[in-house]
Amino acid sequence: MTMPLPVFIVIPLVTAFLLPIFGKKGKAVATVLANVATISLLVLAVLSIGQSRVYEVGKWPIPLGINLVLDGLSSLLLLVISVVSAAAMLFSARYMEQYTAKAKYLTLFLLMVAGMNGVVLSGDIFNLFVFLEIASISSYALVGFGGEHEELEASFKYMVLGSIASIFVLFAVALVYGNTGSLNMAYISKAIQSSGLNVGLTFALTLFVVGFGLKAALVPFHAWLPDAHPSAPAPISAMLSGVLIKTLGIYALARMIFNVFGISVSIGWLLVTLGIVSMVAGAFLAIGQWDLKRLMAYSSISQIGYVVLGIGLGGLIIARGGNLAWASLAILGGLFHLVNHAVYKALLFLTSGSVQMSTGTRQLKQMGGLAEKLPVTRATCTIASASIVGIPPFSGFWSKLILVVAAVQAHFYWIAAIIVFVSLCTLIMYLKVQRYVFLGELPENLQQIKENRGTMLVAMVFLACLCVLMGLLVLMPVLKSNILEPAVEVLKEGLLYADRVISMVEKV
Amino acid sequence: MLYALCFLLFMIGLYCAAVKKNMVKIVIGIMVMEYAVNLFLIMLGYRLGGMAPIIDKSHLESEAVFAQFLNSAVDPLPQALVLTSIVISLGSLALMISICIRMYEKYGTFDITEIRRLRG
Repeated sequence: MTMPLPVFIVIPLVTAFLLPIFGKKGKAVATVLANVATISLLVLAVLSIGQSRVYEVGKWPIPLGINLVLDGLSSLLLLVISVVSAAAMLFSARYMEQYTAKAKYLTLFLLMVAGMNGVVLSGDIFNLFVFLEIASISSYALVGFGGEHEELEASFKYMVLGSIASIFVLFAVALVYGNTGSLNMAYISKAIQSSGLNVGLTFALTLFVVGFGLKAALVPFHAWLPDAHPSAPAPISAMLSGVLIKTLGIYALARMIFNVFGISVSIGWLLVTLGIVSMVAGAFLAIGQWDLKRLMAYSSISQIGYVVLGIGLGGLIIARGGNLAWASLAILGGLFHLVNHAVYKALLFLTSGSVQMSTGTRQLKQMGGLAEKLPVTRATCTIASASIVGIPPFSGFWSKLILVVAAVQAHFYWIAAIIVFVSLCTLIMYLKVQRYVFLGELPENLQQIKENRGTMLVAMVFLACLCVLMGLLVLMPVLKSNILEPAVEVLKEGLLYADRVISMVEKV
Repeated sequence: MLYALCFLLFMIGLYCAAVKKNMVKIVIGIMVMEYAVNLFLIMLGYRLGGMAPIIDKSHLESEAVFAQFLNSAVDPLPQALVLTSIVISLGSLALMISICIRMYEKYGTFDITEIRRLRG
């Protein structure tokens, strides 16, 4: 079945602006409608797997008009966004009852989803910037949604750094337009191939790396993340850590570097270095935390490092003219880790929300012994922790294994050693969570708490099942060749992207 | 020369956003950066002695007139981009200012060195 690509943007956008009409009385209707929207997006994303199309907005031919491009990488990201947003939306149906103004929350949530889908589908850099701002501005508002001291402070910090990142991206867009005379990614890529990189374009590339690096919270630019992610309501933390930093940061960066500017040895090394620094620094900072959600936020930085490392390593091998099989293995590892991290980190944040809703605290030292009181939360949290640490049957193991194998095959033994070492740090982190939250003595004041019911449990169990089953994505050839490999191909083909997009347009 | 001045304006904004202690001044710094980029975009499309890029019948009368039109018409695309980016920056400015006001209600100060509940 083929449907026009804008549905991915139109459905959440239209629903977002319908919801405030229902007001206070229609809260239940609004919640159901929002859930219908996210679930239908999930269905559409599953249906779009394996397709590859170009859509010209308003029938204007490119490069005059705006185009949307669906290819392997986009459909992988669309799938991830829709899975996480469907689960987070189900979870918020009950969790957000604690807050006032639920309809406004749902509107912002759907706007964020629309922005992210737009970023992933856009084939035009200015359009990408517009969708990036839609997603970012709604996420600033969502971080400050609680309206208390900490939330506002975190939101302000996030907004200042996020705005600076957006301005850098806009500046880079302007520089690229000035130097190539086009805003369409395929045509920019053509222009760069024929004229080569000049000073202006190199500066634009630097600005893109800094801007998207700030959005992705890679280590020198990570200052906002540990404040912003814990302060948001739990489903939003899951969305931010699970998909927002990946679509606005990693996806946009990878698309620009691989498909538009072209990978070079120095950029490859830059990505590898950023990845390793993020992995190590994030892991060390996480171990010292006593706030449950803050610990998870730092561990997100560390896990994002794995993704960047995998993609950068693949790019490095390609740029050096090495064995393409190892390059695609490294990229496969990076992208598979991206998918895995989206699912298990979203699940971890949802369980932290469930714990916080039951106990009213996020401090590890004030909890303990919750294993009996919150059995489902405990079980799902353990599955997610096992995945993130990399215990064999669970998903995280496979992606880390692929990364290690790729690093060893390409003779980067020290990178493989660092990957294993950071995994050990992750193990310490999540043992600490298990020990202080679920085991030990139950404090006096928590004797009366009860497990949360309803949609919250459904969302957590859904993600936990995915964590267990995700290993199949690489083990079953059907799934692997339909979901992951097209995405790897897109990054591996590099600058051939331009020819492919232009030829697809001509076919239509 | 003009581009250098525009870049200087951008750096002033970045400096202001990075160094100042007052929240409102940080917001002003960010907006100065935003305007510097908008100015840069506008300058990309500017032509000395240019004319509005609107084609009418008189331009199509002969090849020479059309070529002259092409040589003097300004590039309309950056202006469309600037309009979009001004609208976006208006949205983020409104949100930033409203958060500043809410924080002033909570903390009673605009000084970010005194607003430090989040650490580590």
